[in-house]
Amino acid sequence: MWLSIIIDVVKVIVIFAALMTMIAYATWFERRVVAFIQSRLGPNRVGPFGLLQPIADAVKLLFKESFLPADSSNKFLFSIAPILSFVPAVLSIAVIPVGNSVTIAGQQVNLIISDLNIGLLFIFAMGSLGVYGVVLAGWASNSKYSLLGGLRAAAQMISYEIGLGLSVVGVLMIAQTFSLAEIVRQQSGSIADWYFFKQPVAFFLFIICAIAESNRLPFDLPEAESELVAGYHTEYAGMRFSVFFLGEYAHMLIVSMFASSLFFGGWAGPFLPPAVWFFVKTVAFMFLYVWLRGTLPRMRYDQLMRLGWLVIFPLALLNVIITALVMLLVGTS
Amino acid sequence: MWNALKSVFWAIPKGMSITFRHIFRKKVTEEYPDVRPEFEARYRGLHYLTRYADGAERCVCCGLCAAACPADAIYMEPAETESGERYAKIYEINEIRCIFCGMCEEACPEEAIFLGHEFEFSAGERGDFIYTKEMLLANFGKLEKDRVAKKYKPFIRQDKFQFKKPAGDVH
Repeated sequence: MWLSIIIDVVKVIVIFAALMTMIAYATWFERRVVAFIQSRLGPNRVGPFGLLQPIADAVKLLFKESFLPADSSNKFLFSIAPILSFVPAVLSIAVIPVGNSVTIAGQQVNLIISDLNIGLLFIFAMGSLGVYGVVLAGWASNSKYSLLGGLRAAAQMISYEIGLGLSVVGVLMIAQTFSLAEIVRQQSGSIADWYFFKQPVAFFLFIICAIAESNRLPFDLPEAESELVAGYHTEYAGMRFSVFFLGEYAHMLIVSMFASSLFFGGWAGPFLPPAVWFFVKTVAFMFLYVWLRGTLPRMRYDQLMRLGWLVIFPLALLNVIITALVMLLVGTS
Repeated sequence: MWNALKSVFWAIPKGMSITFRHIFRKKVTEEYPDVRPEFEARYRGLHYLTRYADGAERCVCCGLCAAACPADAIYMEPAETESGERYAKIYEINEIRCIFCGMCEEACPEEAIFLGHEFEFSAGERGDFIYTKEMLLANFGKLEKDRVAKKYKPFIRQDKFQFKKPAGDVH
């Protein structure tokens, strides 16, 4: 009894610490890779290969003044908005399996904080909650750029949520479960079991929607520098600003983990320990994120909406119908 | 619809392959404090005032450099020695006004002013950028090195009263 509680607490602390470290190094990773794509070197002065850069950044941001705009519409919401966008993103890690179960001191430990039977829905719910932080920040800042950024974020995230939800329905129909741990277990046999090969269309739709959902290029309209200064976090500084940033990178990491669990077998893989495979797949998706950022220009707002409603939504629906038909004809498996 | 498909399955992968190849290309960043930057030979840096081999100043304070200077960065006051030789009593270059065009060097009939490769002469106060004659002459020690780096020919006149034309072409 006590042992299992201790194991749970240790699990939470270790996974959370690992996630926070990964978030910090995601910033370094992105800056380095984008720099390489642009034939630059990127941050390489603090520590070997610039590896201490995240720590230097954190110290700098902690010591910066974190001021409130004097004419902020609502100072309470202004202060709480960064937390509202950061916490849901981090909470999603709870239902993502980071490895197979291991046996420690005769106790079987599942390397997942909570094997919720509706894990997938939980991730979607948390992803949607993230919108509140952005919208409230945009409104509470009392600045036209922030407000426009917040409005765009709301419209974009809600539109793409539909595509995101529908795109995974195909996988869910085959998997017959909402539990991510179970979905990964179903793919752990061989590479041919990966849902990517059974649902390739769903994967592409999912990845497009997920990028839009986490406000990343080419869908980063809420913070479009060239038009909106910095969008919803224009008025933020210091630690409040950095919490927004952490939230964005946490969102990216969660989506990477989610995508690798859903379509690429999560921790499943030969030779290496499961957690390492999970890490490798997550980093590969992070690289894809950065690679796309280094390649694609930002979309126009009407293009974004048209893509979401007139291309992704019908395609996702079609994918669900075809999956259903095939399952009906071939039989469930 | 067709255009969208074409961009997803052709244009985007093409663009991504280009950016991926760029990751392995040679980087253009200059890591300046660690690695000294490579200058073009003709790079124009901080001014020197030059001397003859016997240590006499070459500058005769004729004012041609100040006249040529498009930024009005040069100020000078002449004086004469007891033997009637003209020299610069005051010779100042305001290095913040200076645009490093090198026209003073071109204008000088005495080969007295020379723009070397020195570029690290930041200072804390604006007044520190007004280089006096002594400061400009103090750089003389590095002169040979910079003249080699700039691929200059030797001085035409090695001492003050040599007016013969040397063999070969002049620079």
